Amino acid sequence: MKIVVAIKQVPARDSLLKVDSSGLHIEEADLSYEINEPDAYALEAGLQLKEAQGGEVIVLCAGPDRASQTIREALAKGADRAIHIETEDGAASDPLALAHIMAKALASEQPDLVLTGLQSDDLGYGQTGVVLAEVMGLPHATIIMHVEASGASIKVKRELEDGWFQHVEMPLPALLTIQSGATKLRYATLMGIKKAKSKEVKRLAAAELTEAAAPSISIRRIYLPEKSKRSQIFDGPPKEAAAQLVEKLRFEARVI
Amino acid sequence: MSGILAILEQREGKLHKMALEAVVAAQQIGEELGLPVFAAVVGGSLDGCQLEKVHVVEHDLLKDYTPDGYSIALAQLIKLHQPAYVLFPHTYQVRDFAPKLAASFGRVFVSDVISHRIDNGALVLVRQLFQGKINADVAFEGEAPHFFSIQAGAFRADCLKPGTAAVETFKPELSALQIRTKPLELFRESARAVDLTAAEIIVSVGRGIKEAENIPIVQKLADALGAELAASRPICDNGWLPMERQVGSSGQTVAPKMYVAVGISGAIQHLVGMKGAKTIVAINKDPEAPIFEVADYGIVGDLFQVIPAIVEALGK
Repeated sequence: MKIVVAIKQVPARDSLLKVDSSGLHIEEADLSYEINEPDAYALEAGLQLKEAQGGEVIVLCAGPDRASQTIREALAKGADRAIHIETEDGAASDPLALAHIMAKALASEQPDLVLTGLQSDDLGYGQTGVVLAEVMGLPHATIIMHVEASGASIKVKRELEDGWFQHVEMPLPALLTIQSGATKLRYATLMGIKKAKSKEVKRLAAAELTEAAAPSISIRRIYLPEKSKRSQIFDGPPKEAAAQLVEKLRFEARVI
Repeated sequence: MSGILAILEQREGKLHKMALEAVVAAQQIGEELGLPVFAAVVGGSLDGCQLEKVHVVEHDLLKDYTPDGYSIALAQLIKLHQPAYVLFPHTYQVRDFAPKLAASFGRVFVSDVISHRIDNGALVLVRQLFQGKINADVAFEGEAPHFFSIQAGAFRADCLKPGTAAVETFKPELSALQIRTKPLELFRESARAVDLTAAEIIVSVGRGIKEAENIPIVQKLADALGAELAASRPICDNGWLPMERQVGSSGQTVAPKMYVAVGISGAIQHLVGMKGAKTIVAINKDPEAPIFEVADYGIVGDLFQVIPAIVEALGK
């Protein structure tokens, strides 16, 4: 089975973010980056399927030069090779434009299965996978907890709202977005890290894959949210803060 | 028509809990832009709302939800009536098909909108980036239709304008060959022994707790407050607390008298499950954590020092 896993590099989860002077991007200078956590679960699902079914796992990642680090980590965990779509640093890209670029990068691959995380922790559109399926003409299912492959079709377990689940059967090729947390993530082994150095990373320039279609949305500005509630924050030493809080809960909020 | 069309969700004839919020959004934005307001329901209907018309979309192949069936049927409805805006409640089902539907029109689906304004006659939508740490103002460009979804709670169902609407049945052209996925039965995995919705006080724990071995620290606080213990998703995924104690879009939605969020950053998926609480207390080491946006009281600090200090203060 030929499995493509689309991954993204995003700022580390605990990053303190600042908006840059353009008002359109965050300041990237002091940030550290990591794999988008939902995509790590998509990679894990891909690696497990390969172990069960045979075949190969190809990592697809669109991002600037710094994304090569995240790609190497995915190769170290066991992906066989990678396609790095090189984008300009800070380039604004909407999910539809990106899906067209990714589809072009995959045109010669003919994967059986395309996996991705259910959303990104940075832009959070939660739709790149679904849109990629539409652009590639593939059936899809989202928020997948488990995949069973048998021959030319798969059976997946979808998560619905309020604790409900559903099984869905679909033919291959197909695209799935994988729910986070359904399995344990593996760590790269020393051997894996060593092997990753010699694995193939095909580099493609995003600009050469793009048809200049007029975008259907524009970002006017980004900003830190104004607080909608007037919060009382206690940031003194723990004992003092705790005493202030308990006082407020007893005599102001009167909830205890 | 150049109106605004709200696409609503139902299951077994019962409207989704967010359906009326979507109608309210359409009514408000429609009024601000001077556009007629329409609704569409696949396999169900809607009454009692002040609307131009309700389109009831019916076909044997739409009895069970599939992204192919819904996208094809709704694309036909949209091409026929040509609304300027198509809006959805941001449900799991909408996440599954609306991006595909919008992409089939060559449009970006602007997902999970938290508020809006009209700027020189144009609709500007606000959505969250970086798990709620940053907001973005987004505008549509080019020709209609434009697609977007609204976050749970962004519009209030009790602001609904009651009234009447003409009802019109729409029968799309669909063939079984167009539907590539085969949905099977719905099921639940565990009976919900814990009903968090009945709890007056909830102490909820998130990633900040670091290890399963640390859960008892928070349990002590719950005991001291006479509270139920709950958690954000990662804690339940790790098996540190059972799934039935999960609060958020994939767990339970609660509105207790007091909700104490310990080491929870406040991702959207968690906030939608608890922001209706009367008093919200947040304890987090990151002063920029989105949980502080909704908190009435907050302590910025190391929970491993703060929680025992609160337990001690409660005993005094």
